[in-house]
Amino acid sequence: MSNPHTTNKMSHLSIKEFLDRDEEKDLLRFLTAGSVDDGKSTLIGRLLYDSKKIYEDQLDALQRDSKRIGNAGEHIDYALLLDGLKAEREQGITIDVAYRYFSTNHRKFIIADTPGHEQYTRNMITGGSTARLAIILVDARTGVITQTRRHSYLVSLLGIGHIVLAVNKMDLVDFSQEVFRRIVDEYRAFLEQLGVPDLQCIPLSALDGDNVVEKSARTPWYDGPALLEYLETVETGNDANLQDFRYPVQYVLRPHLDFRGFCGKVASGIVRKGDEVLALPSGKRSRVKSIVTYDGEIEQAFPPMSVTLTLEDEIDVSRGEMLVHPGNLPMTGRHFEAMLVWMDEEAMDMEKSFFLKQTTNTSRTRIDSIRYKVDINTLEHLSIENGRLDAKSLPFTLNQIGRVVLTSSKELFFDPYRTNRSTGSFILIDPITNNTCAVGMVLNQVTDKEVHTDASLPVLDLPRLGIGPEHYEAIGRAVKELSRQGIAIELRK
Amino acid sequence: MNTSYTLSHLKELEAESIHIIREVAAEFENPVMLYSIGKDSSVMVRLAEKAFAPGKVPFPLMHIDSKWKFKEMIRFRDEYARTHDWRLIVESNEEAFRAGVGPFTHGSKVHTDLMKTQALLQALDKYKFDAAFGGARRDEEKSRAKERIFSFRNEFHQWDPKHQRPELWDLYNTRIRKGESIRVFPLSNWTELDIWQYIRLEQIPIVPLYFAKERPVVNIDGQLIMPDDDRLPEKYRDKIERKTIRFRTLGCWPLTGAIESEADTIEKIVEEMMTTTKSERTTRVIDFDQEASMEEKKREGYF
Repeated sequence: MSNPHTTNKMSHLSIKEFLDRDEEKDLLRFLTAGSVDDGKSTLIGRLLYDSKKIYEDQLDALQRDSKRIGNAGEHIDYALLLDGLKAEREQGITIDVAYRYFSTNHRKFIIADTPGHEQYTRNMITGGSTARLAIILVDARTGVITQTRRHSYLVSLLGIGHIVLAVNKMDLVDFSQEVFRRIVDEYRAFLEQLGVPDLQCIPLSALDGDNVVEKSARTPWYDGPALLEYLETVETGNDANLQDFRYPVQYVLRPHLDFRGFCGKVASGIVRKGDEVLALPSGKRSRVKSIVTYDGEIEQAFPPMSVTLTLEDEIDVSRGEMLVHPGNLPMTGRHFEAMLVWMDEEAMDMEKSFFLKQTTNTSRTRIDSIRYKVDINTLEHLSIENGRLDAKSLPFTLNQIGRVVLTSSKELFFDPYRTNRSTGSFILIDPITNNTCAVGMVLNQVTDKEVHTDASLPVLDLPRLGIGPEHYEAIGRAVKELSRQGIAIELRK
Repeated sequence: MNTSYTLSHLKELEAESIHIIREVAAEFENPVMLYSIGKDSSVMVRLAEKAFAPGKVPFPLMHIDSKWKFKEMIRFRDEYARTHDWRLIVESNEEAFRAGVGPFTHGSKVHTDLMKTQALLQALDKYKFDAAFGGARRDEEKSRAKERIFSFRNEFHQWDPKHQRPELWDLYNTRIRKGESIRVFPLSNWTELDIWQYIRLEQIPIVPLYFAKERPVVNIDGQLIMPDDDRLPEKYRDKIERKTIRFRTLGCWPLTGAIESEADTIEKIVEEMMTTTKSERTTRVIDFDQEASMEEKKREGYF
């Protein structure tokens, strides 16, 4: 075993300083979206290139490839750096989400590079789910187009609070302030109805590098920051919810009889040693005895930390259950409304019972009803009531989005997505293909009365079946295991 | 006490990886952690230890031994598993080994396919593992940039880049049918610099071959190869010279090129890395086989 990292420290003070500083950097995850020809890959390639993260041998290959299959004429085709998969190279478009990494002296960045091509809304939703900022590209020559609106709607749906509108190819409109202002005005008016709080508009040329890393002399009328400067300094803070403590138990750790730890990731809020906590669904209370990590006990934990809690009292809490503060409860119930995005090639089947995964909890779920679908080009609502849909066109197909009511076979603990991304998000899994067929964002709770289908649970009435009390414990355990797998049964003793 | 309630990027990556590792332990019946003995594996192993502390990690480590690994790697592997209380499984393609398959006689492509890819697939089938952790990072190579953290493999262990499951938030779809499996990459979002930083901060032991030292090497087709046993072909034996070298990646000794370097500390390695002009995979001979070769290997089941 050797790790001579402690030796020779003095002679390498500068690199040590670099590393010490690097260690403190925070991380910004952002999404890029644009249409096929907006120059998105070129922009990302430029960011990576100019932040000196492209190594020479990659560059050699790049210059070779640019001549052979490049689409940029005399220029280096930055897009070729990014289009990884063979199939994509053949098609000349990006077909899936790709993640890119770069860092500057101030921050580390993870880019989710998502395609703007029409049929791949699914990928943008995938790439955007962990992003805190989105760069939306438009071509200065065409301005705000249908796809721009669609991408912006998806960004707002995902709850991303910061948008950069990158008006690209300014070189092709002679860096006209007038063109830029017209696009920005139109976009600002559109974005108002979506309620995204923070917008920064930047005129740039990804191909020539104007306003990408450094301010361009060709846009003297623009007094805002260059793109990279903005990304380095934008205050996204800790966008996580720090008010409402939610701790979905992920794994129960019992290394020996004297230790029972509840492992999990703090979904939201802050937990401190000594806090009173309440377990859902049992309602049992206890206090946090310790917050354990490999590196020792800590006094408090907040998102997105992964920790282990021990409690003062021996209460039974399993995976899928949740610890919260007693004075601040999530919604609990089996019926809720959500915005749903259909991700599967196979269309929605209203008769199917899906697996729903929300936090660490899996349950069986039906789509009870569809309130409306959203035309993501116009943002209009389409429903049977307003005559825009009929029974046949009602079920969702790939990339369709709308508002639905869901009924789960067991009680869930959730919050609206808008206030809590972690407890308000879920995925639906097709029980036959096991594909992730839809993803959703909770809007609110729905009462039993508003639900259409018969939502009652199957009942196992032990006395009526003539089963003696000596078997109750074993049956109780089996029912609990079934519930963990998503099959809920009401047990009467 | 932290009052800003933000984490440094390393702490954020660590928390994400621990969450991923626990999710696998909770949702799969028979997971395994693939262990390459390299620096990324060393970090992944430490993260697993962190995820279940003060308990023991509830799954084993498995090393696919191609029978051509550096001896120092094997020593390190056995020592680490012993001192850190890991259950260690070592598997090889014994049939191919008995048939004399090796990189010098059969070429890198055949050797890699039989002794690494096929050996791995045989081992996964033998133990019926339903989830296998790998230490791959998305920043390593272009085709990896698009892979999910939970990457579905069909019953033939194949990856289909066009039919990947959407992966959102931290909600991982772990549902599979019998015979299918998931490869899980907890280090997906780590960069090479993050790995070195973490090794430095956490004082994670790594194989000494990463640090520069005077060692014997032979120049074979432009790669500096360190003869690690007596299987170096006759024709190269009088060409051995001594140079101060280190390795940026570790694997089979005839297929892993060394670089001339004076970097004998992590700080110096990082400094070298920041100023170097070659990315780390250029010292892996297997990449020169064909265009998009890594993608081909991944489709066939290799990591």
